[in-house]
Amino acid sequence: MGRLRRLALPGCAAALALLISACGGHKSGGAAAVSNAKVLNLFIWADYMAPDTVDKFEHQTGIKVNVAFYDSNEDLETKLLAGSSGYDIVVPSASFFERQIKAGIYLPLDKAKLPNLSNLDPALMARTAANDPSNAHGVIYMWGTIGIGYNEKMIHALLPDAPLNSWRLVFDPAVAAKVSKCGINFLDSPAEMMRIVYSYLGKDPNSDKPEDLAAAEKVLAAVRPYIRNISTADYIEALANGDLCIAVGYNGDLLQSRDRAHDANKGIDIGYVTPREGTILWFDNLAIPKDAPHPGNAHTFINYIMTPQVAADITNFKRFANGNLASLPLLLPDVKADPGIYPTEQIMARLKVQTADSAGQARLVTRVWQKFKTGQ
Amino acid sequence: MRAVLGRFKFGGRGLVVVLPYVWLMLFFVVPFLIVLKISFSDIDLAIPPYKPLWIWDGEHAPAITLNFNNYTFLFTDKLYVKALLNSLKVAFVSSMLCLLIGYPMAYGIARSRPAVRSVLLMLIVLPFWTSLLLRVYAWIGLLKANGVINNVLLHLGLIHEPLTMLYTPFAMYVGIVYSYLPFMILPLYANLEKMDWQLIEAAEDLGCRPWRAFLSITLPLSRNGVLAGSMLVFIPAVGEFVIPALLGGPNALMIGRILWDEFFSNRDWPVASAVAILMLLLLVPFMMWYQSIQAREAAASE
Repeated sequence: MGRLRRLALPGCAAALALLISACGGHKSGGAAAVSNAKVLNLFIWADYMAPDTVDKFEHQTGIKVNVAFYDSNEDLETKLLAGSSGYDIVVPSASFFERQIKAGIYLPLDKAKLPNLSNLDPALMARTAANDPSNAHGVIYMWGTIGIGYNEKMIHALLPDAPLNSWRLVFDPAVAAKVSKCGINFLDSPAEMMRIVYSYLGKDPNSDKPEDLAAAEKVLAAVRPYIRNISTADYIEALANGDLCIAVGYNGDLLQSRDRAHDANKGIDIGYVTPREGTILWFDNLAIPKDAPHPGNAHTFINYIMTPQVAADITNFKRFANGNLASLPLLLPDVKADPGIYPTEQIMARLKVQTADSAGQARLVTRVWQKFKTGQ
Repeated sequence: MRAVLGRFKFGGRGLVVVLPYVWLMLFFVVPFLIVLKISFSDIDLAIPPYKPLWIWDGEHAPAITLNFNNYTFLFTDKLYVKALLNSLKVAFVSSMLCLLIGYPMAYGIARSRPAVRSVLLMLIVLPFWTSLLLRVYAWIGLLKANGVINNVLLHLGLIHEPLTMLYTPFAMYVGIVYSYLPFMILPLYANLEKMDWQLIEAAEDLGCRPWRAFLSITLPLSRNGVLAGSMLVFIPAVGEFVIPALLGGPNALMIGRILWDEFFSNRDWPVASAVAILMLLLLVPFMMWYQSIQAREAAASE
């Protein structure tokens, strides 16, 4: 035993030395080795492309694509902030993207290499410029809204005149109390939910005023007893099964829930609405990390995605709106006509882009949310 | 260092002894020191998202700034202490439930015939062949409003309205007890199996009633197994994140979820690290206790 003890000490010293050399100073970032290999490392949301999107790109360009998937912005952000991720393309969402740009982790796009940029909708690009000034670092991949998915039949049985097109459905205690019996789910995302409460209250969704946060806290506390669950993924299945009748969530997820309910053919019909008080938009952007090993191939890929047919194929298959104006004529009629995917202009006018909170504001918002969730 | 290593140069014995230490260094001590270092740092918007602890221009002595604010912060907001206490409570109740359910099972296995015994042990270990996540998701299917249990009860006419079980503390305890039960049964079984059953026979010969014999002979002799099993359930249950998140509903206040919020919602790696270090410090006494039980057990069997 004595010998082991003596061995442990130098071991500790060696480990300490390793620690200091491995993570002592901050990395200067940037200057990673750029490779000319015909390879592209794509890191994208799970299940977010058409079946032939990658195959066609490989066939056209001879560039081999390695695809890896993530299922949350947090997952992506942690990998990117830890540094040296090795990815060439990532697809962060708006407010995450903004903060990551501020952290200096993205390569400014070389727009000369992106001739298809002219296909994009200037009105949408102007909106994402709130996150990415002059669209220097990213290109819209897909976008959508946060709204309410509902089971009209179940709600009507409890409250025949329920305000289905208003946030009152979930934030007015008198209404929420009545419909709570069939199950309400909130998205477990403090920053997004707080902006939705602000929209309901008619305030600026990106407000950082303490009095607005206090007002939102009151609204949330009043309806807490009527919220069955607060989750980010479980509601797709639960709504389609009739375990829930109302879910605040992303339009893509809720439309998927609608389709599942339809396919199951058990008489469950799910609707989706962007409430009339307005709501927030989400954007996913194609971006290139600063230390990407194949930035040239990454530009080729972004330009490829902006081809009208490629963008239309993804939208037709995944039923997410793209930002590609030139792809609109190539969309399936039922996709283009679905206000859950492409909101009407009247609704569009009431939708806001989510900008990033400061670290201090993020902490306050999370704390209010924790209090809402746990009562502590 | 060379002299020390030199002593282990010849023979595989040295290598065998060194390997666990290298393992512990790489996968416990080094990560621990990194987390400790981050916990004394300050949040930053950069890669990595915290400020460096020391700045060294290569000429002057390195300037080290230690920041204890992350630790004091944890005591300014009651949330963290409450979450820690609640995690301890949940872990304690779960270990007790595991003990109540696991003891009879371990006892039954230890007293069964050797052929049956191996089958029973196999059945205890079998669930590990499926991922924990899948098994917890299966409980969602069982417990939900129109799930298996409610449907059976409704069909039998025992209830008229579905019971709300999912997203309640009940569901969380079911999930934790179910998942950790084998960790209670296996050490208890290992302990009971070594017991000298002639002692019980002797007690019965002397007119002792079975229940009394159990209380004054079996239970005291299995004390180390009970403690080892309880620690094996208690220690991981304190930091449990997945089961409360999936089954427990939003108001299950656990330190694991607070850690998640700090890390992902606030992106405050320094405060998240401080929470992790605090949790570890809290668990050290329990781990040391477990170690001493193990050592006693080993000494007793020699």
